[in-house]
Amino acid sequence: MHVVPFRALDLEDVALVGGKSAHLGDLTQAGFPVPPGFAITANAFDAVVEQHVDGLLAGLDTDDVAALEQTAEHVRAVVESLDVPEEIATAVAEGYRRLGEELGLSDPPVAVRSSAVAEDAADASFAGMQSTYLWLRGADDVLAGVRRCWASYFNAEALAYRAQHGGAAGMSVAVQYMVDARVAGVMFTINPVTGDPSSIAIDASYGLGVTVVGGDVTPDSYLFSKVTRELVRSDVGAKEIECVAAPDGGGTVLREVDEERRARLCLEPGEVARLAELGRSIERHYGRAQDLEWAIDQRLGEIFLLQARPETVWSQKRKVAAAESALSLVVATFMGGKPAR
Amino acid sequence: MSDGFRSPYEIETPEGAEGWEEMYPYYLLFEPARRAEEEQRFWFYNGMHFPEPMPAFDMITAESCYLSIGLYQGRVFQIPTVLGIEHRVVNGYVYITSNEVTDPETIQSRLETFLPRIGFYYENWDTLVDRWQAEVDARIAELTTLEIPRLPEVEDEQELIHDHKLGSNYRLMAAYDRCLHLYNELNQLHFELLLLAYGAYLTFFQFCQAAFPDMGLQVMSQMIAGYETTMMRPDDELKGLAAKALELGVDGAFAAGRTPDEVLADLQGSDAGRAWIEDLESRKHPWFFMSTGDGFYHHHRAWADDPRLPFAAIGGYVARLRDGAELARPKEQLLAERDRIATECRDLLPGDEQRQFDEMLGLCRHVFPHAESHKFFIEHWGTSLFFNKVREVGAVLAEHGFFEDAEDVFHLNIHEVHAALSDLGLAWAGGAPARGTFYWPPRIARRKEILARLAEWTPPPALGAVPDVINDPTVQLLWGVTADRLRAWAGGGEAGVHGYAASPGVVEGVARVVRDVNDIGSIQQGEVLVCSVTAPSWAPVFPKISAAVSDIGGMMSHAAIIAREYGLPAVVGTGHATKEIKTGDRVRVDGDNGTVTILD
Repeated sequence: MHVVPFRALDLEDVALVGGKSAHLGDLTQAGFPVPPGFAITANAFDAVVEQHVDGLLAGLDTDDVAALEQTAEHVRAVVESLDVPEEIATAVAEGYRRLGEELGLSDPPVAVRSSAVAEDAADASFAGMQSTYLWLRGADDVLAGVRRCWASYFNAEALAYRAQHGGAAGMSVAVQYMVDARVAGVMFTINPVTGDPSSIAIDASYGLGVTVVGGDVTPDSYLFSKVTRELVRSDVGAKEIECVAAPDGGGTVLREVDEERRARLCLEPGEVARLAELGRSIERHYGRAQDLEWAIDQRLGEIFLLQARPETVWSQKRKVAAAESALSLVVATFMGGKPAR
Repeated sequence: MSDGFRSPYEIETPEGAEGWEEMYPYYLLFEPARRAEEEQRFWFYNGMHFPEPMPAFDMITAESCYLSIGLYQGRVFQIPTVLGIEHRVVNGYVYITSNEVTDPETIQSRLETFLPRIGFYYENWDTLVDRWQAEVDARIAELTTLEIPRLPEVEDEQELIHDHKLGSNYRLMAAYDRCLHLYNELNQLHFELLLLAYGAYLTFFQFCQAAFPDMGLQVMSQMIAGYETTMMRPDDELKGLAAKALELGVDGAFAAGRTPDEVLADLQGSDAGRAWIEDLESRKHPWFFMSTGDGFYHHHRAWADDPRLPFAAIGGYVARLRDGAELARPKEQLLAERDRIATECRDLLPGDEQRQFDEMLGLCRHVFPHAESHKFFIEHWGTSLFFNKVREVGAVLAEHGFFEDAEDVFHLNIHEVHAALSDLGLAWAGGAPARGTFYWPPRIARRKEILARLAEWTPPPALGAVPDVINDPTVQLLWGVTADRLRAWAGGGEAGVHGYAASPGVVEGVARVVRDVNDIGSIQQGEVLVCSVTAPSWAPVFPKISAAVSDIGGMMSHAAIIAREYGLPAVVGTGHATKEIKTGDRVRVDGDNGTVTILD
């Protein structure tokens, strides 16, 4: 099996599709609105790539930097120009066609990303295999993107890292609908400032979320209570620029946001509530606070979940108080907050 | 004096109110010889309980309460860090301060008494609440039947000669003393359990603040509140009477602008109307002992004695029922929402803290009914009976020419009433005119004038030095006095009106500033109520208003609780809303952020 849609994947498929796709599959199966897509499995990589490069890498001395660079470049060129077997090329094209059908769009823009099959996520990222090709349209471009992802498995850094640490055991590729964000941002299911677990903190700005994640804009910020399910506070950010799809259809451009849009909140109250509800359900699903990236697609009007990671700062800081009885706590109150000796 | 508020020794007497000090016992005035110490303390205006200048007699309500708080905090429970609350009068208004314990050794030794004693109370709460109720009921029964003797021309042969009783003058004095005693005893009972209930609340709030730093106090209070309390019952009876009026087809009698007498005269004219009056009589006892105030002033009469407020409320409810409104409070819904919020909070906590949360919330909900219902028995029923007995004493004095009206007795303080009764006894027995008949009339006229001048004066929220910390749980919880609030008061307030976000929502409307409980009839549908403090008996106006703003009050204050129940935005503890806002101003009340903005 060379192509599998996200909705058919779960965390047990890490060896087949890598951590990234398995995680997206898990979120999809749990009912969260991950942008739809499919994975090209590590089996496909094995079937197409390995036979061609094994010989080229034999006897490579990864300490010899010049030789390493040269070999890597050569291998990548080979991989990028490979003839993909008909069976696999058709499967990718078919996967892409079905994705378009699902979205109701012909030739939907997609992101093609590598999803390394590694012992753990740290290995995958250190191995330098984080290639991403955005705003690709059409089956031919998608297949070209897939080949470039495969080729990135042979970056000099990746080769050196694997020679030293081992770790990675192949390459899967994720093809995912490219959300055309009207508004995007991040969401913590705990207040990252106070550590209050009853709060959901949302930062949002116009366009793609890169401006928020990268700190290029002062976003609007919202604090929402999980408990009362009400917006506790909202602050209008400056939001000077937004990152949007380039008019020519390929890639993205930065542009200024006009005064009127800057001066108002970019999310409607109902959108904040929907986002918060989404955050709360993901937190429940994983049983711990989450750090999320999301976007609202302007074409489809839907909220999409782009990334979900466990929140680490407060989750580790939170210490459990000694298990005192209610009565001893009341006594402490009458002591003016001083513990009774 | 240090940075902070004005010295209590530097407050000018308003013009025309000179000599106000004579109304009060010496021990309630700021003593010049103690100036250095007293002006270094922090005094805050207790406008929550005493929003009006105190008539001389009514100071007993403050004295009796503070005595009991001191007794329980200081001498019975020995709360380690705090003794009692001291009170003083400035220009007729009550200012209070906490006596805190700071010496570690004293705290430790008090702790050894405190722990077993409060342990006993919390462990035996239900039994002790039953005992408390029996004690209160017995005193209310005695006050109800207590006879205030008249002074006859000739003493009764049976009583004095055969039964060998004391003279009527002595028995009159004894009856007056008994009234005071019963009132003091009721006030002792008032604080027996209440302080422990507040301690439980505050502990829960502090726990929630640590676990959920962003959470508003209103959410925490909402988790505790029950909706079947005695204090809500009088208002429920009014709703029942409104429904009965419609059922009997006599709702037309409650036309707007009619006095209770006019309504009753109309109702007397038909069988259906008389049936309604019968229903009223059957529902009155004891719920019409609800006072139009909070039980601290003689002129805040019980509904039974001054039916203007209940009749106006019934009229309002009749109108709403005709419009098809549902009057019953959505108890099920409120309880479901309360429990949902509590469960959500609990689920966000780690395992060990979930157990603590459950225990503390359980304790708070367990003590909540008493913390609410005590008010009806003490401040309303018992206090209304007490003032009415004192009126009877006043009637005896008036009969003998001391005053024109029995009500004038309230312009004498408790000790002066003793003196007047001695005077009367001597004069009655000896056959001479009482000195009081010359002495009191001009003084009473002067005191009325002084009170009128003092009512026009706005007491500053605080006097003396700004304290570093406030330990006293009652002060924080009930009055909303915290370090932040003090800084705001000391700075003359931030721009605009800020207070506690006591009940969520944002509303714009026309303000109605109500300083006196007797003016609440002037409130129009949809107005924003701006008041110094609300009392539980104001509940009937809440269906009429669109938001509530008060000068004084914390998260568990009456305005906060009732506004949450009616789902109205409320900002409480603003310090000076009644001064900044005028009737007719358009205001925006933001119950989410605790701000009130004057729009034009």
